[in-house]
Amino acid sequence: MATNYETVIGLEVHLQLSTESKIFCGCSTSFGADPNENTCPVCVGLPGTLPVLNKKVVDYAIMAGLALNCEIAEYSKFDRKNYFYPDLPKAYQISQYDLPVAQDGQIEIETEEGIFNIGVTRVHLEEDAGKLIHEGTIDKSTGSLIDYNRGGIPLIEIVSEPDMRSPAQARAYLTELKKTMEYLDISDCNMEEGSLRCDANVSLRPVGQKELGVKAELKNMNSFSSVEKGLEYEVARQKKLLDNNKEVVQETRTWDEKLNKTISMRGKEEAHDYRYFPEPDLVPLEISREWVAEINETLPELPREKYKRFISEFSLPAYDAGVLTGDKEMALLFEETISYFNDPKTISNWIMSEYLRLLNESELTVSASKIDAEGLGTMLKMVDDGVISGKIAKTVFEKMFETGDRPAAIVEEEGLKQISDSDKLAEIVNRIIADNPDAVEDIQAGKDRAIGYLVGQVMKETRGKANPGMVNKMLREKVK
Amino acid sequence: MEIYEMTIHQIRKLIEKGDITAQEVTEAYYNRIDNVESDVKSFISLTREKAEAQLDNLSDKKGILAGMPVGLKDNISTEGILTTCGSKMLEDYCPPYNATVTNKLQDAGAIFLGKTNMDEFAMGSSTENSFFHNTHNPWDLDYAPGGSSGGSAAAVAAGEVVAALGSDTGGSIRQPASYCGVVGFKPTYGSVSRYGLVAFASSLDQIGPITKDVTDSAIMMNVITGHDPHDSTSVNQDYPDYTDFLKEDVKGMKIGLPAEYFDIDFDNEVKESVLAAVKKLEDAGAEVEEVHLTGAEYALAAYYVIAPAEASSNLARYDGVRYGYRSEKDDDIKNMFTHTRHEGFGPEVKRRIMLGTYALSSGYYDAFYLKAQKVRTIIKEDFDNLFKDYDLIISPTAPTTAFKLGEKKDPLEMYHADIFTVPVNIAGVPAISIPAGFDSKGLPIGLQMIGPHFGEGKILQAAYTLEKILDINKKRVKL
Repeated sequence: MATNYETVIGLEVHLQLSTESKIFCGCSTSFGADPNENTCPVCVGLPGTLPVLNKKVVDYAIMAGLALNCEIAEYSKFDRKNYFYPDLPKAYQISQYDLPVAQDGQIEIETEEGIFNIGVTRVHLEEDAGKLIHEGTIDKSTGSLIDYNRGGIPLIEIVSEPDMRSPAQARAYLTELKKTMEYLDISDCNMEEGSLRCDANVSLRPVGQKELGVKAELKNMNSFSSVEKGLEYEVARQKKLLDNNKEVVQETRTWDEKLNKTISMRGKEEAHDYRYFPEPDLVPLEISREWVAEINETLPELPREKYKRFISEFSLPAYDAGVLTGDKEMALLFEETISYFNDPKTISNWIMSEYLRLLNESELTVSASKIDAEGLGTMLKMVDDGVISGKIAKTVFEKMFETGDRPAAIVEEEGLKQISDSDKLAEIVNRIIADNPDAVEDIQAGKDRAIGYLVGQVMKETRGKANPGMVNKMLREKVK
Repeated sequence: MEIYEMTIHQIRKLIEKGDITAQEVTEAYYNRIDNVESDVKSFISLTREKAEAQLDNLSDKKGILAGMPVGLKDNISTEGILTTCGSKMLEDYCPPYNATVTNKLQDAGAIFLGKTNMDEFAMGSSTENSFFHNTHNPWDLDYAPGGSSGGSAAAVAAGEVVAALGSDTGGSIRQPASYCGVVGFKPTYGSVSRYGLVAFASSLDQIGPITKDVTDSAIMMNVITGHDPHDSTSVNQDYPDYTDFLKEDVKGMKIGLPAEYFDIDFDNEVKESVLAAVKKLEDAGAEVEEVHLTGAEYALAAYYVIAPAEASSNLARYDGVRYGYRSEKDDDIKNMFTHTRHEGFGPEVKRRIMLGTYALSSGYYDAFYLKAQKVRTIIKEDFDNLFKDYDLIISPTAPTTAFKLGEKKDPLEMYHADIFTVPVNIAGVPAISIPAGFDSKGLPIGLQMIGPHFGEGKILQAAYTLEKILDINKKRVKL
């Protein structure tokens, strides 16, 4: 009889913090500089140099800790993680071993299966390493160059508890984590550019067993979907082994995007001994409760809270709330628009259809686009007031998106105002009736659909500006 | 008296009076170097061009060290000037930046004559672990100058510079100062910036002056101490004018003699000389009592865990990738690392890297590193408790006078040369070594005064008083 297995997943997420300067020196963290332009004696680890902690980095780590409902340490310290690699100029990474900035937190996630709380073991600070650039492929490379611009960029590592039970949950956790950090505005969270990196620990155990199974550590997943795919592959691989009474070996495996499979990198016995010890060049980090309270004051409403509030306060469907709160700026635009036009669902519809379409087509972010709450709100109000039709509104919105002009000005300039003058409309309607005797006959014979045809003719005649409600009413009265 | 025999304060007077110019002072010291360097070999590199440039820029400056020819230990970074740490690994390494102390000396008007010899990466007690050459004790050229700042101590004793900087991790300023009959001061940990000092053991390393007398020591301390935002372990506080403490007065000063130190079997002439000096302080009004430093017997053991552990990490960056020596066997990265380090480091450095790596390894950490840190806490508390009741603790600086070059072959025997100095670094307190007399071979004997954290003032006052009483510091080497 086949055993049923439960999947157990824990994630380690590295986030580059978006501070102006590096964690232990004054060098810029800007992306795209010439190789080794953003370096100094400290971040290339020249003999005799010493690290000085960037306070902003600690601010950000505390923010992350608070947002993940962690305990913020009163006493924290840095440790050296020792290993040799050309991208690590001191041959040790300054990290945190036993006293991280934050511990014991949790984050709520939602999947199709329901709502889950995922434990956050710890949030700790460390420095990033440089970047190796190989000529050709790594195995046939004739030489390697090193760019230390990335070396010393601040990172936080967020380690979860092994609380996820499916690759989908892992993806939901990552999504929630990313959103949360984006709301805090402490990281770009861009997995493709490497400002968010994720390793996963995955194991299987018979359902009902408490003890964890033998795990594999999964590396090199460069997108959210590759995390999910990699985990799915790994779960299937381990299940197959167990079903065939074979053992899962504790090892580190790498996800190969092209081959769509995980490949063994190194076994347990080849695991590094990092020889952690307290960093003697830095004094221990004492985090006063006042400091924590100060940071706490500055925390924005987090995506999960906002999501729930959008549902309860604005009676939005969960789907809408999810899409709107998926982007902090979009959520902000939505809420601000309400003060100009108090119909949340209409705003939501407009944002999710027209606005998202335009953003996707132009590959712009909300903050880079020219749409603002006042423009969107007043435009929607113009529709509601019958100044413009819904169809014309789409044209107006596209113009707004393109130029940033106010909707009233666009309507004015392009002569898009809806025709609601009954004399003027009557004249056109009469002409259309006269020109379409067949349609009139149809209507009189009870074929209601023909009304639509005549309305269409009026709209065509007025280039969409006729008030469709009035036209409809007029036609019915006149034809009957 | 020759210019090269004079102290900073003596030369300054002559310059101020207009009897002599800064150029003439430097010239006198370079002449002295020309005459004796081939015998003493204090330097790894001489920086005559740099010195001349500094002299040219001096006219508009009136720093406290204006025109003073000084030497820097070769682990103190000097922009564009070789900083080898006495190692093959850094034989060709020129830092692109200055250590904070380098800037401070330069700003005070000092003239850099050269970079002094040292045990490789400051690991050793005789300067024989230098990759380059041995330095000879100016009092007797067959003898070692001590170490690791042996080049700095010998250069000052030989009159090749008026003063020098050394670094002290377990006695590396005080022990060579003792062997060479000069004054060596290891300040409180955190009072002199370590920025630019090539690290050996970060939690123990401290830069300090080696001078011809106590007054010069105070002058140098005024220049080099102070908070540095580039060094997180540098203490942010007001630092006194150390020359204010140059007073002949030890009345009522309470001095402790640690029984555990004097119980050790060591050179009788050293013991007698130190006790005789203490008696003279007592005669001058100091109160002297026997005290106990119970943790001291474990200090050396703890030191040889903590210092190598930190060193194993600090020296890991010498991998041949970015600067320094690189092995020609560099066909793959692992080979390059291995051969570079195998060929680039000397035996003592490798020994300590291995010791330290072992002590930090998984499964041994608790038994070695953690235990050593506990001993460290006990030793600190020992000192803190003593300094509640005593102003100073006095001991010999080293258990013997200088030993012959090539005499000590056993590393453990060599480690014992630091038995009295190591606990001071472990506790982070300040200590000075001043000449207390000469043994029957005519070699200098050093006396160590230890004070509480930031108790440099008391140390200088007692040392100044003793120097006046003993009146031996005017004795100069014959070369």
